[in-house]
Amino acid sequence: MTAAELGALYQQLILDHARERHGEGLQPTGSVQSRQVNPLCGDEVTVQLTVDPATGNIASLHWEGRGCAISTASASLLADLVHELPADELTTRIGHFRDVMRSRGTLEPDEDLLADAVALQGVARYVARVKCAMLPWVACEDALRMLAAPSAPEPV
Amino acid sequence: MTSVTPTVQPEVHPVGAHRAEVDRIRDDFPGLHQQVAGHPLVYLDSAATALKPRQVLDAERRFAELRTAAVHRGAHTLAATATEEFEGARATVAAFIGAAPDEVVWTSNATEAINLVAYGFSNASTGDRLDGTDAFRLGPGDEIVVTELEHHANLIPWQELARRTGAALRHLPVTEDGELRMDLAPDVIGSRTRILAFSHISNVLGSVAPVAELVRQARAVGAVTVLDACQSVPHRPVDVHALGVDFAVFSGHKMLGPTGIGVLYGRRELLRELPPFLTGGSMISTVTMERAEYLPPPHRFEAGTQKVSQAIALAAAVDYLREVGMDRIGQWQGMLGQRLAAGLVGIRGVRLLGPAPGTERAGLASFEVDGVHAHDVGQFLDDRGIAVRVGHHCAQPLHRRLGLTASTRASTYLYTTAEEVDLVLESVADVRPFFLGTPR
Repeated sequence: MTAAELGALYQQLILDHARERHGEGLQPTGSVQSRQVNPLCGDEVTVQLTVDPATGNIASLHWEGRGCAISTASASLLADLVHELPADELTTRIGHFRDVMRSRGTLEPDEDLLADAVALQGVARYVARVKCAMLPWVACEDALRMLAAPSAPEPV
Repeated sequence: MTSVTPTVQPEVHPVGAHRAEVDRIRDDFPGLHQQVAGHPLVYLDSAATALKPRQVLDAERRFAELRTAAVHRGAHTLAATATEEFEGARATVAAFIGAAPDEVVWTSNATEAINLVAYGFSNASTGDRLDGTDAFRLGPGDEIVVTELEHHANLIPWQELARRTGAALRHLPVTEDGELRMDLAPDVIGSRTRILAFSHISNVLGSVAPVAELVRQARAVGAVTVLDACQSVPHRPVDVHALGVDFAVFSGHKMLGPTGIGVLYGRRELLRELPPFLTGGSMISTVTMERAEYLPPPHRFEAGTQKVSQAIALAAAVDYLREVGMDRIGQWQGMLGQRLAAGLVGIRGVRLLGPAPGTERAGLASFEVDGVHAHDVGQFLDDRGIAVRVGHHCAQPLHRRLGLTASTRASTYLYTTAEEVDLVLESVADVRPFFLGTPR
């Protein structure tokens, strides 16, 4: 990896989001939450979704966790993405993000689907770091599954 | 070989005097001469696994090519030669740690060696007593003692043994700086203590345990001592008889040998009474359809086809280390460890874990960079061709005690140069400016 490649991994937007984190801090009003742990490093994140009662869409995403710049920036970028998305649309976008992350850099991310989170595309070339980027998205996916479950969602 | 005059004073450094010999050693390690990320590899992860010299690789290949045959069976010439070399390797490794050959048991790794002892206790506790001895019988009321800084390999097997037998697991705590609370040892090690298991050198902190004092206290209460010597045997002279421990374990791949081989040392009288762990072929004398008689140690503990070429390669690694000299390796690494420690405490926003500079430490140092996760530190260093370990280093309880989830560790070996240590220090100083935009 050259210095240029290090910059491609840690794009300025990622460093910014790792410092100035959006959506950090869980809310008392959340609808569902999921905690995920990366067993490789012990990093963890709890993602909380709040449903807009009027539209049924995802009103906001909040999170709390400990992790590297990639995983915290990833949570922060995800928090920016969810606003007022229908749950199934968010699930689709998470699926696209996973495909990009698993592509080893061969799949271009769709900016219409991922917005600023396309900045994470450099991670896809570092297999050891893909889990870092995926962690909050996996937690979000799990929380969405709880929302969709016929049984009552896990109380926050 | 040029003479070595290492010193513990990090500011006085005899690079010139030593450099020629280290360069000569480096020529033996093909792995050192490669590029990573467009830079010459700076390998500072030897505490995880050491690179292998040509001599070790050659020994393993020579055996595989020309000597392959089953050991301890067969009457043909190759079988006899293979057996001789296999047992010769055992004698070489035994002599290296001051033990007798029949006190050295081959295992797959150090973790298996600890499990071998733990399951020996376990089997004794469920009725498998050799010669009617109760030496290894555990039950409710008995206590197993470890320390808070253990590698998971020297923790989980004891947790599980306690769970199976009803014995209690206790631990000797460490301070928030990672120092063993020896003041509490007399409270923790008592008449109920049956096993005291501890690391010789911490794989995270590089600190050295007061082995003599711990052995003295264990003996006073009749407890069996188990020493995790994974970070000591490769890096300094270790004499298990002089240390007085009952069992000691270490792994081949951390001492220039191959993966897949580890060693259990056991004091002869204890090995004789310890029930087997794995059973099957190679570990028996007489077998009927109902029962079997076991071989004496060490073969009682070596069921099935053995790690023959690995044992022979490990003996070649031992020969290599002996030729350089363990005293000098220990001194050289002590100096590199001090250089790392002194350099790290001088970097803004970096917290050195373990002994302060000037206090004894092995040739490694772990640290935390304030505001930057260890994985990001590791990625940043990798970009400059520097290989370090990041994460919890298989010691989660210790990291929790230190108030961390992860740290970064740079660890050296006999092939590490002072310039490489300086390079990692230079690069660590650049980490916070890159991630946080802080001044250097």
